[in-house]
Amino acid sequence: MERLRRTMMFVPGANPAMLRDAVLYGADSIMFDLEDAVSLKEKDTARILVYSALKTFDYSSVETVVRVNALSAGGKQDIEAMVLGGINVVRLPKTETAQDIVDVDEVITAVEKKYDIPVGTTHMMAAIESAEGVLNAREIAKASSRMIGIALGAEDYVTSQKTKRYPDGAELSFARNYILHSARAAGIAAIDTVYSDVDNEEGLRHETNLIKQLGFDGKSVINPRQIPVINGIYAPSVEEVQKAQEMMAGIREAEAKGSGVIAVNGQMVDKPIVERAQRVLALAKATNMEVD
Amino acid sequence: MSVNQVKREIPDKYAKQYGVYAGEFTNVKPYEAVKRPIKPITPHDSKMVDSIHDAIVKTGLKDGMTISFHHHFREGDYVMNMVLDEIAKMGIKNISIAPSSIANVHAPLIDHIKNGVVTNITSSGLRDKVGAAISEGIMDNPVVIRSHGGRARAIARGDIHIDVAFIGAPSSDEYGNINGTKGNATCGSLGYAMIDAKYADQVVAVTDTLVPYPNTPISIPQTDVDYVVKVDAIGDPSGIAKGATRFTKNPKELLIAEYAAKVITESSYFKNGFSFQTGSGGAALAVSRFLRKAMIDEDVKASFALGGITNAMVELQKEGLVDKLIDVQDFDHPSAVSMAENPDHYEIDAESYASPLSKGSFINQLDVAILSALEVDTNFNVNVITGSDGVLRGASGGHSDTSAACKMSIVVAPIVRGRIPTIVDDVQTVVTPGESVDVVVTELGVAINPNRPDLIEMFKDMKVPQFTIEELKEKAYAITGTPAKIHYGDKVVALIEYRDGSLIDVVKNV
Repeated sequence: MERLRRTMMFVPGANPAMLRDAVLYGADSIMFDLEDAVSLKEKDTARILVYSALKTFDYSSVETVVRVNALSAGGKQDIEAMVLGGINVVRLPKTETAQDIVDVDEVITAVEKKYDIPVGTTHMMAAIESAEGVLNAREIAKASSRMIGIALGAEDYVTSQKTKRYPDGAELSFARNYILHSARAAGIAAIDTVYSDVDNEEGLRHETNLIKQLGFDGKSVINPRQIPVINGIYAPSVEEVQKAQEMMAGIREAEAKGSGVIAVNGQMVDKPIVERAQRVLALAKATNMEVD
Repeated sequence: MSVNQVKREIPDKYAKQYGVYAGEFTNVKPYEAVKRPIKPITPHDSKMVDSIHDAIVKTGLKDGMTISFHHHFREGDYVMNMVLDEIAKMGIKNISIAPSSIANVHAPLIDHIKNGVVTNITSSGLRDKVGAAISEGIMDNPVVIRSHGGRARAIARGDIHIDVAFIGAPSSDEYGNINGTKGNATCGSLGYAMIDAKYADQVVAVTDTLVPYPNTPISIPQTDVDYVVKVDAIGDPSGIAKGATRFTKNPKELLIAEYAAKVITESSYFKNGFSFQTGSGGAALAVSRFLRKAMIDEDVKASFALGGITNAMVELQKEGLVDKLIDVQDFDHPSAVSMAENPDHYEIDAESYASPLSKGSFINQLDVAILSALEVDTNFNVNVITGSDGVLRGASGGHSDTSAACKMSIVVAPIVRGRIPTIVDDVQTVVTPGESVDVVVTELGVAINPNRPDLIEMFKDMKVPQFTIEELKEKAYAITGTPAKIHYGDKVVALIEYRDGSLIDVVKNV
């Protein structure tokens, strides 16, 4: 079963209290930030703190992600510390080309070998934040077997496009759709950008409804208060859950009988329908709905 | 040395004088309320005196007497410093003071202690500077910490005998009819002062707002007041509103509040006509916001909300979600205004609020209370008076009163503050015994007191993570390590009275 990534919460790497509390708020993934949220003079502090946090606190209920610095700006040290700390996913910011991913993959492989960690344990994702990155998204998504997702970073992207963020999101339409297609073609997750106006719940709802409709797995979040809003939107309706449960029960019944073609409530059941039902049930469970 | 029911050692000298804690209601027995002398006045007499100095002279205040104050002005109070300065100037020594609480603004008290003007103190709490000085051991006699209900009991039973009560009066007429809803230093309810006015030998109203006779509404009546003094200012409105707290945006406090609200709404107490009390801390205040949503969604209305009243509760009442507000103290200006304007927002005194030895206080009728804590231990004992460094810095308040009396007491606290664990093996100081505490709510989840199997059963399907209190402690220690023991001195600097007057703990110098 594919992992849910409705919410990926940014946590500044140099803030010990936030590192300690990050796990509390129900985010599916926690993304420790060693890059933009950390000032230049605190880069070493943040790296050591996040490493210690990974070794000290129990993050087993979430996926741990780290946003590292560019390889030329401390990224190598970041990767070594994080892989040794047992991070699940290394996220490369400002990815422009497939080669960027290959370069990071090589660094990770070297670190895994150095510490006798099975090669491939550490996953990767790429943040795409420019026109060049968007146009290369397809190759980026397939650049390494470590890749589990690509994310849109809209703030830098809209600036590079000579525009800004608008409430209807039309300026992101191409990037979102291209990134989503690239992710799906590669069989990996697509994560939407942050919604930075934390006090505007209505705006967050609007944007989340839009990206859910498009097909994104979820969004990056910058404040824990955004998590229940997004999870609420991704929560299936009671009818959807009932249908999915009937579907799965019908399949189990048919399998028990050994029937080849399966029909539930007169509807032919094929692979996409099963996958949708499974995802509905996974989302229902994750939002604490009653699921048998 | 005696050991009380919560396993705290009480030196014999104090154990003999006060008795030691032996259970929540063990000492609830019939008693004689105190008598007080009355100096009647004739139709031609005036109660007005020209100054604090003259009032002190008229009352005959002398060495060894006890005077009292209220803490409704919180950090904005001018009255206690003003009166003590005058007493010191007049050369009076060896005074006992019995304010309902002591704030940071009362730091000048330290000099009066050092100069021998003040030699005994009883109070609900002691804040930073005064608390630190007391913990250093600057007094010969220990401070007696009393809960709000315990103080009312002590006054009614004569354990505290007030010779002169100096009552900061936001508005008064020349005959001593007082209320807290008009004037420059508006504070709303005068619940803690009302008890002093009722039992003190003599009462001096200190006001900066003299209004035409008769001043109404009457919170403290002319029949309880001997003298009225007009001064330039009795309090600073911005300091009075220091109790006001905005709705927190802190995600951890919100999470704790959400869990606490769930404990309430999933309990059998949550039905039409239920009653509740929330404190004024960030998480406690936020509980009312989550509660509001559940009350609207499930169409449940409360019969009353009790205690220190905040604007959050006033708003709930305006929305028709709470029938009555029962108010012993107001934490912000809007609540004070509401009490003046709304007949269903009702002022009560501290005795009706929480005394364990009254003919029934409001807390006895209370369903649910949300309370905060500096520390909770694995026996559910709560400390709200000393910091993790052992220094006096908090206040007993209504904590032990409400916890003992309400049907379900909920203590909210993060498991760790900064680098300091909040859930510990042994609290520094026991203020509320574990037997009174039903549910502890933290950001990780809740722990239910094993002495409430009914609640354990009631909450077995609740969608909030549940742990034993030991598990929560382990999780806290896993982050902070086991805290080092504090090295106390041998001198007892504070006695912690339980609400019934017995000693539940003592605090030694650090």
